[in-house]
Amino acid sequence: MINRLVLENLKHRRLRTLLSALSIGFQVTMILTVVGISRGMLEDSVTRARGVGADVWIKPPGASAISLSGASMPVKILDYFRKQPHVTQAAGTLVIPIGGISTVTGIQLDEFTALSGKFKFVAGGPFQSPDDLIIDDWYAEQSKKKVGDSVSILNHNYRVSGIVEAGKLARLFVPLDTLQNLTGNTGKISQAYLKLDDPENTGAVIAALKQNLDDYTILSIEEFVSMFNVNNIPGLQAFIYVIIGLSIIIGFLVVGLTMYTSVLERTREIGILKALGASPPDILSIIVRETLLLALGGWLAGLALSYAAHATINGLIRANLQSVIVVDWWPIALLIAVVASLLGAVYPGLRAARQDAIEALAYE
Amino acid sequence: MNSAPAIIQAQNLTKIYHVGEVDVPALRGVSLTVPRGEFLAIVGPSGSGKSTLFHILGGLASPTAGTVNIDGEDLTQLTDSDRTNLRRRKVGFVFQKYNLLPTLSAIDNIRIAQHFGRNREALSPDFHSLLKELGIHHRLHHKPRAMSGGEQQRVAIARALVNNPAILLADEPTGNLDTENSEIVLHLLRDLNQKIGQTILMITHNPEAAAYAHRTVHMRDGKIVD
Repeated sequence: MINRLVLENLKHRRLRTLLSALSIGFQVTMILTVVGISRGMLEDSVTRARGVGADVWIKPPGASAISLSGASMPVKILDYFRKQPHVTQAAGTLVIPIGGISTVTGIQLDEFTALSGKFKFVAGGPFQSPDDLIIDDWYAEQSKKKVGDSVSILNHNYRVSGIVEAGKLARLFVPLDTLQNLTGNTGKISQAYLKLDDPENTGAVIAALKQNLDDYTILSIEEFVSMFNVNNIPGLQAFIYVIIGLSIIIGFLVVGLTMYTSVLERTREIGILKALGASPPDILSIIVRETLLLALGGWLAGLALSYAAHATINGLIRANLQSVIVVDWWPIALLIAVVASLLGAVYPGLRAARQDAIEALAYE
Repeated sequence: MNSAPAIIQAQNLTKIYHVGEVDVPALRGVSLTVPRGEFLAIVGPSGSGKSTLFHILGGLASPTAGTVNIDGEDLTQLTDSDRTNLRRRKVGFVFQKYNLLPTLSAIDNIRIAQHFGRNREALSPDFHSLLKELGIHHRLHHKPRAMSGGEQQRVAIARALVNNPAILLADEPTGNLDTENSEIVLHLLRDLNQKIGQTILMITHNPEAAAYAHRTVHMRDGKIVD
């Protein structure tokens, strides 16, 4: 019977109920989207790192493992790597940030494809000239570029020579020499990839390399990709906490305001319920149930909205931001929505529960 | 009637409201005995204390001094939760403004009173015939806004009786009704009193309404004057 009353109360003010649930929905979407993008981007990085097909990844001293750029090492070090037992191929790349989290990657095409296998071209083909650019299909789609188009990167104009399938190392590839010369890194690379005769030898090769290069970061590819998690991105975990905190505050305020106006508006009805024998806990339970229903409705709306956000992000800006649906965060988002809503309902609920019946009945 | 045991016994009831720093006496020593099965009208001008008496007898307020006993229960010693229990079991209210819950249908208004009365049984055949007598059995699934004032008040009477209260407290039950509907409601109250022996206390300022009762007490300035 109480559930009937709760439902009818929510139906009675449909617009208010809808707007409150939507606000909670946006709160839920905000969390799911931030987590979805964080994870999507990390997963994309992992895919691209694995896509190289290397066994060992090397970065010079003084550079953090997953930062966009870092200290450089001489190209000649690749010859040293190639001479090591079990190493069949070595390739160097120069990664230069081009604003935000985007980068351009310089490669020696022959050297790189020898290690990684040929690029799968969707259109066009390899570099024809030093000012050529290979882009992946996500970037092409997003920036509406096709073969022959010109793209300006770091104030230098490149011509798109080919479009490749996404999932290998980077989105923008330019000839290594060109990028080295344009950025004052002549003769230098920022990381190296090694291919071994047998992946079983990875541990032994790394151990041997570390004896002479103990300041270098030398990781197996699996170790390398395992570093792409939320905890290893500086500030990301904190950012997610901030978003969760903000959404709890928003949920608290929205539900607090909704339930407060609802309780005020129903002062007289609360008086009636008390005259009928409703105890303060009975009244509180009505408010709590309404709040829980709002939170649940908001959560469902939030799930739907998060799919919309996911589709929009991946449809429009997949080259910059990648989003995934984070099902494991659905219960967490529900918990956050419920906690925020219940916090918001505390004051209105207690106010209603303590409402004096005679005053309430006299309320116009 | 006077030989029946008293269902309400109030002795020297005083109620003082504190308004700012001023004490406003609403009741100044009211004593009242109501035998079981009586239909009593309490008449008085506004400010005479009749609403305060109504609230105390209904367990909505406690007296400042004096004793009151309803159906064997001493209200003076009751805590808030005891008074909630009293409202559930012993008292049914009928208000001037009907006070139905606007979001619930007529039958749900009755069922929610049953719910708070911790009365889990299905509505009895006797109650169904009462609904017929009240003339609302065919209107039970309508919401209050789709009902006339007279119909709403009859639903309110049904709601007040669903838990078989010891006393029915009616505060100006015809105050918002036209003459025809007033007469219907007053007849119904008298019939309920006669047929099922329901004890009824009715507050009114209308002498014609009071004439339906067995007995009328007059209040003025917080006292019973005759």
